[in-house]
Amino acid sequence: MQSKRWKPWALLSPALSAVFLLLVVPVCFIVVYSFWLRSPTGADIAAFQFGNYAKFFADYFYPSILLRTIRVSLESVALCLVLGYIPAYFFYRSETRFKSVLILLIMLPFWISFIIRTMSWINILGDTGLINHYLIKFGILSEPLGMLYNEGSVLMGLIQYLLPFMILNIYVSLEGIDKSLLEAARSMGCTEWQAFKEVTLPLSLPGLSAGSLLVFVLTAGTYLPPMILGGPKNEMIANLIFKRVIGTLDWPFGSAISVVLLGLLLIIVWTYNRYLGINQIFKSLQGE
Amino acid sequence: MPKISGWSLIRFYTILVYAFMFAPIVVVVVLSFNPEQFGSFPMKGFSFRWFIKLAQNQTILIAFKNSLILGSLTAVVSTAVGIMASMAFVRYNFPGKNTLNTLLLAPIMIPEVILGVALLLFIRWLQQPKSFALLVIGHVVLTLPYVLLIVQARLGGIKKEYEEAAQSLGANGLQTFKEVTLPLLTPAILAGMLFSFTISFDDITATLFWATAQNQTVPVKIFGMLRNSISPEINALGTVMIVLTIATPLLAGYLSRKLSRGS
Repeated sequence: MQSKRWKPWALLSPALSAVFLLLVVPVCFIVVYSFWLRSPTGADIAAFQFGNYAKFFADYFYPSILLRTIRVSLESVALCLVLGYIPAYFFYRSETRFKSVLILLIMLPFWISFIIRTMSWINILGDTGLINHYLIKFGILSEPLGMLYNEGSVLMGLIQYLLPFMILNIYVSLEGIDKSLLEAARSMGCTEWQAFKEVTLPLSLPGLSAGSLLVFVLTAGTYLPPMILGGPKNEMIANLIFKRVIGTLDWPFGSAISVVLLGLLLIIVWTYNRYLGINQIFKSLQGE
Repeated sequence: MPKISGWSLIRFYTILVYAFMFAPIVVVVVLSFNPEQFGSFPMKGFSFRWFIKLAQNQTILIAFKNSLILGSLTAVVSTAVGIMASMAFVRYNFPGKNTLNTLLLAPIMIPEVILGVALLLFIRWLQQPKSFALLVIGHVVLTLPYVLLIVQARLGGIKKEYEEAAQSLGANGLQTFKEVTLPLLTPAILAGMLFSFTISFDDITATLFWATAQNQTVPVKIFGMLRNSISPEINALGTVMIVLTIATPLLAGYLSRKLSRGS
């Protein structure tokens, strides 16, 4: 075995150096840059000062975007839970031969171009979109209903993107439940609903919480749905970072905002891992 | 079908969720055949007008070529690197194994905006211009975790005994890998390549940071077109991409079945 000791490291070295050089080091750069100064001419000056963070928390403007990001992420988690649990339960209990096809089908949108799926909500919710067109045609409305460019339309895009993650997480966790437990509960006189409430639901909590964490994290860093389906009032923190870095080339401030976002996610993931353990998430992604 | 009170309700609810998931996709395909000037309802007939216009749009064709090259390079590099790392994780024990595995999977949980800014900042510090190479290495980082997850799952299912048998019969490490492990891994390799190709082909957020006007990908091009309005051309392009994403896995599945039967 002595001669084999270097082997795993040789096999790992390309992956480790890629992640180290292209992820770990660059993220350290963000942290360092967030303390730098930006001169009036636009050049970056190496420094160690908290001006960028002070600017972020100076007035209500930037923190309100942070709070909105957290709120939209929580809304998106809640909606994904409501929309995702029942289909996952359906997959678990259904005895149809086409179960694997049905599961594959719910994963299919995941493979289809994200920007096309997001953009298409304009086709559905827009003034001349599907819903308004038919509501007007059937005389229910006389004027198109403004359904786009608000938080609701952003959430539509988000949920369409994230729901498969939630369904899959819950389903994997449900599949792990020993069905004889349910039979036992039923034979002891539980109703179907009681058996669900007392046995199935508590045992599916790991998948539920893993899905929630994944949805929260992915929503909090999201750029595209608020950009395409939201208005100026629905900007989230990723949009702010993009505007500062690519738009105004303010690297130090953009870095500071990135650190704030990263900090928020770290706190959440760390807390989650502390109490629940993070590995469940990767387990369900593997099942995909 | 289990007899549960409310089971039909559960089924109905599930159908509604499917409708929600597929509505945007169906609408794109339907509208792409609308000959009207604006990409919206009502439908005024059926035509391939916008597909023809799309095929003549030089910038979109260039973006398609860019995306194909980028996706293929990403798939090859990411899968090769991913297989090596997976071998290490599944076949060997070494200190810090779990921590390193989590580290390599971390990019899934890090927002793409952060990855985008970070890599761009690093490149800027190195005083390198944005280039096609930047897109490739960026996409490798984005796709590597998925390759790792898939290949590790598959590799875990291959019994170590096969390899040990080959070695006891006198095969050296490389021969064992080539003759035993690799053929068994083929489905995982194809799946890993397909995954990384699709993720790379589809990626928008990080790519917006890394792409230049010269090496736009299809999603970046669509993003630029959306600034004006939804033109029917975008719906047509969407339809082409939907057909491609559905056809590619089917084709890959067919090919892999044919390959495994042949061997």
